[in-house]
Amino acid sequence: MSHSTLAALATPRADYSYAFLDAFARRELRRRTLKAIAIPGYQVPYASRELPIARGWGTGGLQVSLALVGPQSVVKVIDQGADDSVNAANLRRFITRMSGAATTTDALQATILQSRHRIPEEILREYQTLVLQVPDPEPLRAVQSDSSRAHQMHADADYGQMWLVLYEQLVRYRQYLQGASYPSLVNGRYVISPSPIPRWDTPKLHQAAHLTLLAAGREKRLYAVPPYTDVYPLEFTDVPFQVEDQRDWRCRHTGVQHKFMNELPLADGSAGYELSDSGYQQKITAGTAPGATYYDDQGNFYHDGYLKPPVRPE
Amino acid sequence: MSLLHVEHYSKRFYIDHLQREIAVFADLHFTLEAGQFLLVSGPNGMGKSTLLRCLYRTYRPAAGRAWYASRRGPIDLARAADVDMALLRREELGFVTQFLRPRPRVSARELVAEPLLAAGCPWSEALPRAEAMLATFGLKPALWSAYPATFSGGEQQRVNLARALVHPCRLLLLDEPTASLDAAARASLTERLAQLKAQGVAMIGVFHYPQEVRPLLDGEIKLAGTADPAQMEVEHVVE
Amino acid sequence: MTAISNHRFVPNDPPRLVATPPLLRAQGLVKHYGRITAVQDVSLEVYPGEVLGVVGESGSGKSSVLRLLNLEEPADAGTYTLELPGWQGQNLLRLERFQQREVQILHIGIVYQNPHLGLRMRYTSSGNVAERLLITGERRYSTLRAAARASLATSEFPLDRMDDPPRILSGGMQQRVQLARAIALRPRLLLLDEPTTGLDVSVQAMVLDTLKRLQRELHLAIVIVSHDLGVIRTLADRVIVMRHGRVVETGLTDQVLEDPQDAYTQQLVHAKL
Repeated sequence: MSHSTLAALATPRADYSYAFLDAFARRELRRRTLKAIAIPGYQVPYASRELPIARGWGTGGLQVSLALVGPQSVVKVIDQGADDSVNAANLRRFITRMSGAATTTDALQATILQSRHRIPEEILREYQTLVLQVPDPEPLRAVQSDSSRAHQMHADADYGQMWLVLYEQLVRYRQYLQGASYPSLVNGRYVISPSPIPRWDTPKLHQAAHLTLLAAGREKRLYAVPPYTDVYPLEFTDVPFQVEDQRDWRCRHTGVQHKFMNELPLADGSAGYELSDSGYQQKITAGTAPGATYYDDQGNFYHDGYLKPPVRPE
Repeated sequence: MSLLHVEHYSKRFYIDHLQREIAVFADLHFTLEAGQFLLVSGPNGMGKSTLLRCLYRTYRPAAGRAWYASRRGPIDLARAADVDMALLRREELGFVTQFLRPRPRVSARELVAEPLLAAGCPWSEALPRAEAMLATFGLKPALWSAYPATFSGGEQQRVNLARALVHPCRLLLLDEPTASLDAAARASLTERLAQLKAQGVAMIGVFHYPQEVRPLLDGEIKLAGTADPAQMEVEHVVE
Repeated sequence: MTAISNHRFVPNDPPRLVATPPLLRAQGLVKHYGRITAVQDVSLEVYPGEVLGVVGESGSGKSSVLRLLNLEEPADAGTYTLELPGWQGQNLLRLERFQQREVQILHIGIVYQNPHLGLRMRYTSSGNVAERLLITGERRYSTLRAAARASLATSEFPLDRMDDPPRILSGGMQQRVQLARAIALRPRLLLLDEPTTGLDVSVQAMVLDTLKRLQRELHLAIVIVSHDLGVIRTLADRVIVMRHGRVVETGLTDQVLEDPQDAYTQQLVHAKL
């Protein structure tokens, strides 16, 4: 018996195409991506490929990242804001092994940021592309289960039912209830489900310098928010949209306020808080000056007037 | 031009399942001026009511013409488009039957006001006029808000008359309006008809006891059976 | 053997006194479902402020005609025009889908026999009404509330229940919500498909009264489909009688009910208890 190692048994890396996807798949993905950028918010169907991870674990985002990545790319992968979760680490390692790209946890160093459920706190720049993993791309899914009817509704910009859902929430609870994936109107035309990012992150898509690509692997659709594009959450003019109210929450590690926090149950039954964005927390802990953030230290959003003071409807 | 000029008017019913036609009257002629009152007379079954209904177009005449000088221009009631008839009924033609058609949960007051509302009269004006008309025909004010479906025959008929006469029309067709009325109510009806006649309303009526309206009459259309039109007489007694 | 072809009565002239053109004019409507011809060469006109009744037995094609008039389904042939600003003389059946949708939303209201077809049963009643305004782009919550309240009040719906979902309401109340939804945008044309069928007699009478009052106050043109001749007599000025997808008789309501000319209409009228 020879001493076989796992590495010896596995197929050598060179047998895969560069960045795993074959050239045909990469070309298709790039074309679909261009189309998505050309029609902001429009869901472009694509042939989602088999990958060595299961559907529903970020395969949409992964395929887009693999289609974009090059040897000079710097990749950051986060899951709920954290670089160190198992899922993020796996995806990051797969992308770099298949492409030779560098990795980082610094949001401003990365050229490609693949993320699940968060947009980093630091304002992204024009050279960056944010790839969001999307479980369910169809914002109309809850109100229209027939997808061909939903297509027609998008074509007609028939979003009355989305608004009706908000109306119902105000009647029954006097506030908008939708937490994550808050439906938003892109470029005045298509309503998108901005992945399950918290409401806190939704305004960050508005007139952003960076490109955002949203891809669903299982549902085989991808869509985009190009740089400097209007994105408005659906809100009645007299009852404005609100982000999460975390005014009194303070990060137990850094003492920072007015950034998106994770709530941690403590042994004594109370709750503690920590920054959700681990890269940002790392910078503060290391004493490195972080970049400008979307919300300042008083919690004001960087686009003046975009978020309005709360109103309780009658 | 006369208000109404009827010529060669005929009515036959065709009953399909009997495969037969029933002639009622034929080749009828008469003329009516504004403010005139004609009585339709003849034995039972000669088509007195049928004639009124053929003019109101509840029945479709089989032949003939009925030239009517409406405010909007002359028109042949026999051939007028349905929408024109509907318009004339709202604006100019009135029909009084012996039966009220009460609707559940509609008060006497509302039923009477309805023709005024249909003609575009505001509610604030229609209501007092409806009540005045109910008072004219002697319906007790306690009943004005009640539902006529529960009324006696006489009470229903008072509501019916009030409803039919509340809106001023130019040609009024009366189909035995005095049936089931007591003497007092019959007297108020006669009085109201005299008033209308004085205002220039033309009337054609079928009366079971024509004596009460006799002084108002200008002529008589005598129906005497149709098998042979020659048997039928129409006579004008202009006094 | 239809009586109409035998000329047992004087034929009608075209309208002379009515000065306004008809709001609705449909000519030669045809609709097939597979091998079945549901509507064959149906023509009708409805004037502003007028109520047209469509009667006939089940399967006569009356509801199919209503669906064509509501632009719910494509017709196989025919023209359909509404005298509305911007749409005069255009065959609505040949418009693009999004244009049809605009006409349908802004100018046509409909009440179905089955409230499930016309209402979102799990949303609030007020939301069902407000949705019409949302579709046209109203984005003020307070305006939506006020408009929903006003429309529900107009259809005589009890306002203390305006935020109850239709699924917990009685049949009569559900029809009132449908009605409020139908008139929310103050359409010119209201289509009623057996609006009171299946309701208790007393509830039916109240809904009919509301309809009558609305018709008068909003000066709506109404097309009401019903097999209930009592309903038709109460509401309709004129009637068309349908059988096997065709119009067999048309006339003033009292005339069709009391002096029907067509053999089938005679049967229909005499079959009434």
